[in-house]
Amino acid sequence: MTLATFHKKRLDIVVEAPVLNRLLDLLDDLAVTGYTVLPALAGRGAEGAWRRAGMVSDAGRMVVVMCILDEARIDDVLQPVYELVRRQIGIVTVSDVAVIRPDHF
Amino acid sequence: MENALSLAAGNLLSPMVLFFALGMLAALVKSDLSVPEAIAKGMALYLMLAIGFKGGAAVSDHGLDATLVLALLAGAVLSFLFPAIAYFLLRASTKLSAVDAAAVSAHYGSISIVTFVAASSALQSAGIADPGYMVAVAAVMESPAIISALYLLARSGEWDRGDTKGGFSTDLMREVVLNGSVVLLIGAFVVGLVTGKEGFAAIAPFIDAPFKGVLCLFLLDMGLVAGRGLRQGGSALGGGTVLFGLYMPLISAVIATVFAFAIGLSPGGAALLITLAASASYIAVPAAMRLALPEARPAIYLTLSLGVTFPFNLTIGIPLYIVLGQLAGAP
Repeated sequence: MTLATFHKKRLDIVVEAPVLNRLLDLLDDLAVTGYTVLPALAGRGAEGAWRRAGMVSDAGRMVVVMCILDEARIDDVLQPVYELVRRQIGIVTVSDVAVIRPDHF
Repeated sequence: MENALSLAAGNLLSPMVLFFALGMLAALVKSDLSVPEAIAKGMALYLMLAIGFKGGAAVSDHGLDATLVLALLAGAVLSFLFPAIAYFLLRASTKLSAVDAAAVSAHYGSISIVTFVAASSALQSAGIADPGYMVAVAAVMESPAIISALYLLARSGEWDRGDTKGGFSTDLMREVVLNGSVVLLIGAFVVGLVTGKEGFAAIAPFIDAPFKGVLCLFLLDMGLVAGRGLRQGGSALGGGTVLFGLYMPLISAVIATVFAFAIGLSPGGAALLITLAASASYIAVPAAMRLALPEARPAIYLTLSLGVTFPFNLTIGIPLYIVLGQLAGAP
């Protein structure tokens, strides 16, 4: 038996840790049904390389916020998220994913 | 003079400074020595709790006086004032943009609580009494500099805020004023004030006896962080900017000495006010700058504050500030 899967959109936001609370408040205001926050360990970008282990405060740390959305909602969420983070260090990506329980998103 | 030299030698050869130097050296030679993040955070919480509680217990024992109110006012005025001096000097003597200069200025108007803790410990080693309430002054000096620096930048006409959020906001100030270290510091101060001598005796084996040992381990980690910062971000700093990181603490120290003399602080209280004035933030303000001025480069303000000014204050600054405190302080 093949398990049925359903197409959704996945929004990944890699952003500076100080912005995290504002971003999560925004996602809550936008009634996003769920998200997951992951700590980033190290990386390299336009501002050079960084490592979480060498940080004394949250200022230089990065986090990843991942959320799955229905395709119909992606523009409603993406625009305000972009407005919030566009001057910060980070990356926003949207990708296609398949989920098993569509009613969750 | 002899007193100053003996203080300086005693400080340079103290376990705290030597562990800091060890951490810096290990980072500069790319050793894999590291302190796990959770332990570093735990130690920071311990130090805030211990210094806040001890301050509150000391005030409960000695009582409050008008000097406390004057010290709080002086702290707030200095924190508002220093960014203006720093901004002017940076714009006149370096190639930093207005945004970077404002971000750096905010750091030099705010304070480093670890430098304060190290100075308290050095005072204790030198047998100079600490009035206790300077912990509250430290908390007051955390945030006015942020408002002041953003105001200077807004007035400069060189700040393109676009249509995005950023700059000063009540959300930003709430996040700065209620940041974890300030809440714990002031909370522990109040607990110490309420429970007094008896409360201190009850938890002294936890907050007093291990304090210097924990501080050594914490400073080892700070040395590692400062060394890594210098290795990675040092190239972002020009010569004029590095010089600023060395002379600005001295300018702030001299101004704070005048304030300490004017309000009649004790030698220990004066030394701590001068230390707070001369220190630069690397925890609360960098996080605030990422929200208020995301265009400002962390490689400049963090490296300067943590890699240049913090080591300078820890090694040379603190003994100097204690001597200035003795000169300015009321007997």
